[in-house]
Amino acid sequence: MIFLRTLFKNRGEMISFIVFFALLLVVLPIVLPIFRLNLVGKYLSFGFVAIGLVLLWGRCGILSLGQGVFFGLGGYCMAMFLKLEASDPKSTAIQSTPGIPDFMDWNQLTHLPWFWEPFKSLPFALMAVMVVPGVIAFIIGWAMFRRRVGGVYFAIITQAIALILSLGIDGNQGYTGGRNGITDLKTLWGWDIRTTSGQYTLYFLCVLLLIVAALAAKYIINTRFGRVLVAIRDREDRVRFSGYDVAMCRAFIFAFAAVMSGVGGALFVLQVGFMSPSLVGIIPSIEMVIFTAVGGRLSVVGAIAGCLIVNFGKTAFSEAYPQAWLYLMGGTFIAVVMFFPNGLAGILEDNATLKAKALKLFAKLKELKASRAAKSSVEAPIEETP
Amino acid sequence: MSNRNSHVLDVEGLGVSFDGFKAVDGFNFYLAKNTVHVIIGPNGAGKTTVLDLICGKTRATEGSIKFKDRELLGTKEFKIVRAGIGRKFQNPSIYENLSVFENLELSHPSGRGVFGCLTFRRTPAIIEACESVAKQIGLAYKLDTEAGILSHGQKQWLEIGMILMQEPEVIMLDEPVAGMSVRERQETAALIRRISENRSVIVIEHDMEFVKEIADRVTVMHMGKVIAEGTMETVQKNEKVIEVYIGH
Amino acid sequence: MDNYSWADLQNIFIMQGFAGISLFSVLLLMGLGLAVIFGQMGVINMAHGEFMALGAYTVYLCSTLTQDYAPSLAPYYFVFAIVIAFFVAAGVGALVEWAMIRHLYHRPLDTLLATWGLSLIMQQTYRSTFGAREVTPTLPEWLMGSYSPHEGLDIPINGMFVLGLAIFVSITLVLFMYKSRFGLRLRATVQNRKMSDAVGINTGRVDRLAFCLGCGIAGIAGAAFTTIGSTGPDSGSRYIVDSFLVVVFGGAANLLGSLASAFGIAQAQSILEFFLEGTKGKVATLLVIVVALMFRPQGLFPSKVRAH
Repeated sequence: MIFLRTLFKNRGEMISFIVFFALLLVVLPIVLPIFRLNLVGKYLSFGFVAIGLVLLWGRCGILSLGQGVFFGLGGYCMAMFLKLEASDPKSTAIQSTPGIPDFMDWNQLTHLPWFWEPFKSLPFALMAVMVVPGVIAFIIGWAMFRRRVGGVYFAIITQAIALILSLGIDGNQGYTGGRNGITDLKTLWGWDIRTTSGQYTLYFLCVLLLIVAALAAKYIINTRFGRVLVAIRDREDRVRFSGYDVAMCRAFIFAFAAVMSGVGGALFVLQVGFMSPSLVGIIPSIEMVIFTAVGGRLSVVGAIAGCLIVNFGKTAFSEAYPQAWLYLMGGTFIAVVMFFPNGLAGILEDNATLKAKALKLFAKLKELKASRAAKSSVEAPIEETP
Repeated sequence: MSNRNSHVLDVEGLGVSFDGFKAVDGFNFYLAKNTVHVIIGPNGAGKTTVLDLICGKTRATEGSIKFKDRELLGTKEFKIVRAGIGRKFQNPSIYENLSVFENLELSHPSGRGVFGCLTFRRTPAIIEACESVAKQIGLAYKLDTEAGILSHGQKQWLEIGMILMQEPEVIMLDEPVAGMSVRERQETAALIRRISENRSVIVIEHDMEFVKEIADRVTVMHMGKVIAEGTMETVQKNEKVIEVYIGH
Repeated sequence: MDNYSWADLQNIFIMQGFAGISLFSVLLLMGLGLAVIFGQMGVINMAHGEFMALGAYTVYLCSTLTQDYAPSLAPYYFVFAIVIAFFVAAGVGALVEWAMIRHLYHRPLDTLLATWGLSLIMQQTYRSTFGAREVTPTLPEWLMGSYSPHEGLDIPINGMFVLGLAIFVSITLVLFMYKSRFGLRLRATVQNRKMSDAVGINTGRVDRLAFCLGCGIAGIAGAAFTTIGSTGPDSGSRYIVDSFLVVVFGGAANLLGSLASAFGIAQAQSILEFFLEGTKGKVATLLVIVVALMFRPQGLFPSKVRAH
């Protein structure tokens, strides 16, 4: 019970959390065909990034326009393992160098580059999915936050990093698969990820991990660390002069958000079956911020819902009216930022608190009336100005 | 000069310049244990800058700051705080949307590292510490009030309380009574006297009546330099001081 | 690099250096516009690249109109087109400031995101109006060709022209900032907004004019851009990161810094592009800048202000 109290501030929050994940875990798999469910799973992998952004941006006030970098790093770590497994000498026998990924062969590479070697091991790849984004983010964050780089500067520099990584992957086709990315992923330790049952399993894995991630985020928000994050956002100097290492707190939450993004990237690869630089660069990175903003930058569940809503909107609209989509997306985003900075979750919450306040007021009025009535029945009726 | 037994803070030859302008120059300052030491001086004398230098907010270009024989120059702010020096800012700097209790709790020194924060638990000892500090600053009856709706004076007290939570040996207060009513000033003076019973307090202040009431020692600054030091009476008779305040 | 002789290298450096000058001029103009807005008002304009594209499209429109209705003016239209590009971009900038930016001044990160939304809308507008294919205005003949002082060395005239344009705009901007009444008001607002309000400066109007000015300069950058490349709906967005880095690396709101960093970035990219294939030159340049910024976040020439 105490544990639950650290996770949820009130009953309403707990109920919305349970309802939302019950929808993902039970209702959607029953209602949707596997093709659509797979799509949901793909969008939910962005949910991990969104959870990270809630902590990083919503709570701590650090806007990163480079979360695609960490999503991509996690995704590539996973994709490299899967690609190596798909490139066994038997199935690549027609290549001039069998046993290496096809794109390397096309680029006249004759042996596996050294940094690909360790990705033959699944445990290593799974570790790398979390460790690589986490460590890189921590180094970048520590270097910058220690020198008090923040706000707009941080946003611009992380955006530049996103551009560098996407161009770098794009330009080194022999080592990374280039613009096409790493494709034709087939099996995970011999288990086919492309079959219907495989996709169902991966979807449930994705949702379960998302629940774990969401609970971890909620735990952080409701501990002292969560309060320190908000305090850093609002009164940085006071936090510093209360003896907290502000740079370390920021670097930690940046690294944590990066680990989340990395896990999201890996689940994206498993469910969609490829990874490419188009998921790493400037535009995907900023789109992930949009998902979070629309859903609500302060709310974990809201941000995940934002990923689903925006992406389904994108799929539905860009099929029917491809031109109108960018107008709608740009307009929605401007509107959200200008008028509803706390997104959909904020709107719902405001409604709820408004209702609660109205109810309270109503009850008070009733009480007042009752007490007045009681009073006037005892004392002689006096003219009263309301 | 440094006396191991009676001084907590020895500042010697402290100086800083901004683009050639020497804001503080050759500043010497010795803080005795359990005293209230007030720094006065006209506007722009460099008083706030001295506090900034001691607490690490601004990096000094020369000199030394020794806290119990430990050099503080070049130490990061949070480490200076953890060593035992607390700083209150001129404008009340508190967390407006947290309650008074939460403000105090967040300032409690246990679990200030990342993992300490993540595993922090509200123990009875911490609750007791918060309540006792709240009593000292006269906000015991407002523990559950949101800090943002406190009056200006109460906010100032709360910030002093947040620093008391850190159990520092030196407290630095930058114009603590600015904008306070007469009654609030009296209460603040009593509070400062009370907290100086077992720690040292540096105060920057303009109000001479208030200074007379609280100061054990006074340092007068002008143009970044110390021009007089001593008790309030001796300082008031100092010719240089009179010239600075009345002359020109 | 072993297979190049010393004389070859010299020529390559000079040639690529001149090619880099066009890029430098465009980056400098973009950077100046951004610096006026970001450095002075603390607002970042993610749609800045789209304002550049607006300038480029304006020149294209002017070119088409001149050819259709007044072909005799073809040699001169370009100069007028630059002026028109400035005013069109500044006008749209005024509209954007009025509708959006002024509500967000105290929220710099949100401004950044809102202007990104705007950039999506502007890009789609270009796509719907001019099509997805890139367009090129017909440049007057005197801008084409090159000048060869000796064998093996070609100095492109268009490069020299945009360099002159960039220098002209920079000098005008400096004079404007430091000699005019408006420049004084602008600097006053930057230093102390409340005080400026109190002494009767209409800071809201100053903000709007500064935003207009920044967008207008982006429009000129777009006009300069038409001499080195063709314009597409996303042309602007390709330059935006480079321009941000010009401003940040130079030390925000520092004209000399913007100049130095624009020159460095443009030349490094242009020369490295010759030796490294594809985008590797750009990646290397950006990487160096980002790493440098991590060690020196205040940029090349920080402005020193007393800490508050």
